[in-house]
This record gives sequence, C-alpha cells and structure tokens, in this order.
Amino acid sequence: MAETTSPISRRKLIAGAAVAAGGVLLTNLPGADAQQAVKAPAPPPAAPVAPDDPTKVPGAPTTAVGERSPFVHPQRAPVGEITGTSLTPLQDLTGTITPSDLHFTRIHAGVPTIDPTKHKLLIHGLVDRPLEFSVDDLKRFPAVTRVHFVECSGNGRAAYRTPKPEMTPQQVDGMTSNSEWTGVPLATLFHEAGVQTAAKWFLAEGGDASLLDRSIPVSKGRDDALVVWGQNGEPLRPEQGFPIRLLLPGYEGNANVKWLRRIKLGAEPFMTRWETSKYTDPLPGGKIRMFSFEMDAKSIITSPAYPERLSGPGWWPIRGLAWSGRGRITRVDVSTDGGKTWLAAELLTALTNKAHVRFEHMWQWNGNESLIMSRATDDQGYVQPTMAQLKAVRGPGTDYHFNSIRAWRIARDGGVTFEANT
Amino acid sequence: MRGALVIAMTLAVAACRAEARDDYLGDKEPQRFGIGHTPTPAEVAALDIDVSPNGAGLPAGSGTPEQGATIYAAKCASCHGKNGEGMPPAYPQLVGGPKGAFNFASDYKIPRTIGNYWPYSTTLFDYIRRAMPLTAPGSLTADQTYALSAYLLSREGLLPAGATLDARSLPAIQMPARSHFVLDDRRGSTGGPKVR
Repeated sequence: MAETTSPISRRKLIAGAAVAAGGVLLTNLPGADAQQAVKAPAPPPAAPVAPDDPTKVPGAPTTAVGERSPFVHPQRAPVGEITGTSLTPLQDLTGTITPSDLHFTRIHAGVPTIDPTKHKLLIHGLVDRPLEFSVDDLKRFPAVTRVHFVECSGNGRAAYRTPKPEMTPQQVDGMTSNSEWTGVPLATLFHEAGVQTAAKWFLAEGGDASLLDRSIPVSKGRDDALVVWGQNGEPLRPEQGFPIRLLLPGYEGNANVKWLRRIKLGAEPFMTRWETSKYTDPLPGGKIRMFSFEMDAKSIITSPAYPERLSGPGWWPIRGLAWSGRGRITRVDVSTDGGKTWLAAELLTALTNKAHVRFEHMWQWNGNESLIMSRATDDQGYVQPTMAQLKAVRGPGTDYHFNSIRAWRIARDGGVTFEANT
Repeated sequence: MRGALVIAMTLAVAACRAEARDDYLGDKEPQRFGIGHTPTPAEVAALDIDVSPNGAGLPAGSGTPEQGATIYAAKCASCHGKNGEGMPPAYPQLVGGPKGAFNFASDYKIPRTIGNYWPYSTTLFDYIRRAMPLTAPGSLTADQTYALSAYLLSREGLLPAGATLDARSLPAIQMPARSHFVLDDRRGSTGGPKVR
C-alpha cells in the first residue's frame, strides 16, 4: 500500500531506468524544487466512529501489529527525495523516548534496502588483525543497552535563517530524537582487531549510495562509541541504519554513520567532504572550525508552543526537553518574563548521560502577554546561551550547532507563537 | 523534590551496571573472543576506496580539464549547472565562489565552493568517486574521476589548461582555504559557561 508510493520504490524505478538507459539518466532526477518541497501531510484518517458508550459494545479484535489511536496521528513532515530530511514532531511526544517511526531522518542518497544476512562490517587499516563481521557475529559479543539522543548539527537552522512566528517545536528543533540503543561497544571490536598505537583516527563508512564517511578520533571509539543493531526494543529501522549503525553519544548526527559497512584505522583524519566542505563552522577572523563533534547543551519548551492556544488564565504546565552532548543535564531553568527572572524546573526523568531529559514547570498564567523560555545547564557547567551570545561569538554566518535559548510568546488571547530572538 | 528519588535509584542502578560491565575484559572474559573472520586482501581492496590528503588510496589513471569538461556537461551539468553554479540548496554550487575576503562567518549566503572553501584537493576525487553522479554512484572510471576533478580545479584557477591530473599531481595542489581551518576549540569551554 503505502510502500508502492514511497520514495524508495520511486528510487528503485529510477535505478532500473538508469540501468536500462546505460547509466545515463540525469533527466529523471528529482528537480531542485522537488528536492526541497515539503510533502503535503498525509490526509487525516477518516474520523473515527466512537460509540456513545464504549462500555456497552464489544471492542475491536486484537491485531498482529498495533496501531496508534485513530485520534492521534503524529507526522514527520518529510522534505526531499533522494536527499532529504524528516523532522520529529517534538510537540506530540511524551517522556523522553522518541518512537522509532518518528525518529528524525537525514538522508544523502536515499534509504538503502540491505539484506542483513549479506551485510558485513570490515575493520582494517592500522590494526594487527583485519576482521570482517557479519551482523550475527556482532550480536555474539557482550552487548550494552543505553539511552542516547542523536541530533543533527543543523538542527535549528530553519528557525535561524527563516524564522516565523508560526513555527512548531518540530519545525524549530525537530532534528533531535532519543532512543534506547543496543549494540556492542566499539572498544570491544577495537580489542578484537588489535588497534595499533599509531592509530589516532578511524574512518566510518556507510553502505548507502552516498557511501557517507566521517573521520572520528580513536579516543571516542574507545570511550563510549557503539555499533548498534537495536533501537527501542526492535531492530533498527531502515531509515536509522538497518542492520547496523555507528552510535557516537553526544556527537553531531552526521557522524553517527548509518548502514555501517567499514571502519578503517589511520594516523590522520581522512578529510572527507562531510568534515571539510560541510559540517564546519566559519568564525570571525577568517577561521573555520572543523571536527566540532559535540552537541552543546540545549533545551526547548514543547508545550505551550505554536499552534497551541491557552484557553484562559490559570495553572498551565510548561514542558519540554533538555539534552547535552557533553554529559548529563543538571538543571533546567524556566523564565516566564522573557529572561528577566528564572526558576528551576522539575526534572521528571532520569538524568541520563547524553540523553533527552523531560522538564516541567507549573505556571500560573495571569492572562498578560508573556515570553516563556528554557535554559539548560549540564554537568560540565555549560549554560545554554542566548541567540545574541552565539551570534556575537560566532558571527551570523555559522551554519551548524544552533543551541540558543528558545522562546515562545503567549498573547493575551492565549495564542502561542515562536520568538526567534533571544 | 520528586525527581530526587528517581535520580538516586538511577545512579544506584547505573553504578551496578558499570561495575558488571567494566570487567568484561578481565578474568571472566577473554581479551579476544575470536569472533569474525579474516578478510582476504581482495575483500579488503574491494571496499578500500578512501583517499587521504597525502594521496594514499588514489588509483592509477589520469585526466585533463578538457576531458573533464565533456564528462561534466554529460553527467553533472543537469544538477550542478552549465557553469557549476548549482541549484542551491538542493544541488550545491561547485565553483565560482568569491575569493579573497574569507568572511564566511559574516553571512551564511556566501557560496562555499571548491576553490574558496575546500581545504584538500583529494576530497574532490574521494567524494566524486564514492557518491556521484547522484543516480549512478560508482559508475565513473578512475580516468573520468581524475578528469572531472581536473575540470573543477581548473574552473577555480587551481590547475592550468592542458594539465594532467593523476595520483602524483592531485595531492600536490595547495588549496587556498587550507590555512583557515582549525580544530574544534570549544573543548576548553566545557569546564565553564563560556560560549565559543
């Protein structure tokens, strides 16, 4: 059903046509407009027919695979075809775990279809014993299960470049997601292969059609990097790297190479396109920062937020998410007066290392116009900066790592809109 | 207040887990598990396609800007434009970005092209070979990849007309932006609230 109209199937058709035409096929590429077009949301499902009294009629049978209530239909708002993104609807989430089918996606050459029985991971280069592992091989190693967020370092760019009052949390910061991951520590595989002391960097390469590759410090591989196959109780979703991906807790999303097929140990970074032309940060004074992996502490209020409307004065929960790529969130402060005064919010969930934390602050709204914002602090003492602070330090041309304080304006009629300048 | 108990319990559980896991390379479990198989040199070679700044990994072959111009027109121009101007942001501009001022931090709209932004010439070969053209990645020969690299470098004034690009000459090209790149200096800021 949906499968036959998915971009994957269209890509298969394109690929087939390419072969038929002897490999020349540029006319069938998605145009620049199609590559950037926001797909229209799927039509809302037919209004569910609920009996007046559900206690008086038997309900529906159980099914092989469950579905969401027909009264809720969170969507990722995908953009693009072969290259594209889809954003997590942060405003629809509860707690900290992102449902796997709502995890944000960034793809550079489509989502590959990979047979897990044929997929291999090669480790070679500056190692004593080059090794190749099947997915089943990897599952024989002692495993760990950990909760971590993955955030694209471009998260927040649209809200920076083209801010609009009518932006949802999803549109502002929907390129962060949080999952329970299961896999083998990369350190274990390093031991197995015998990484040589001369090795300071490793190349991680994906098995998609872009063969995306990044250079990562060996120290990160020994610290907390994982090769994961499990996400939220099941195998990885194809869009998240099935059958295996690299998981680098706290590092920018692009470095968490999906569909991982090769790790090569080397003495120096490999200087791929993804760590030179892209994912580098121009700074005042003619410098460009590279290998800026860690995602600094950040938070966003996900409710109240556009397009919500407060029905009137009274008690309202201010809820949101906070995270840091450098460690644990230690506190989140909330302001309801545009940053003049701050109050510590409740942290509702475990303060997990490099993971989303849910915060809440009960607010008695008096009906006046208000500017609400949140500010995260992590265990390194780092405090989430304002947009003005970031711009002053980095200049307005920085392209990644937008972790500025986010604000929402509450109008007297209860309407909520995004406020970009903090 | 209500978070305190949760935190305490979580820390206690985490401490137990860490203890159980930290000794997995100790007495009970071996340094090595002997899982996986040794790949043949051919198996490694089939995947070992990366190219380093010193030229390691570059294959035999060569190409000229003139050869590259023909290939570019046939295989690249439909997305990246007849003159490398691209269709941003979907298909990036490749050449012709402003040179000299190097003030990218002042405006994200300043085009970042091969000649004014890319720090290493070898990246060009590596990326074209692994990922381009978008609908037929991996379809270009080594000669074609050298030729396309030569064409784009010549368009940026970094390779003279008629020059031949190969495994020796490509890594020798000094890219103008190279000296501007610095390692992440935010690391020192983790001990305090200083923004970098």
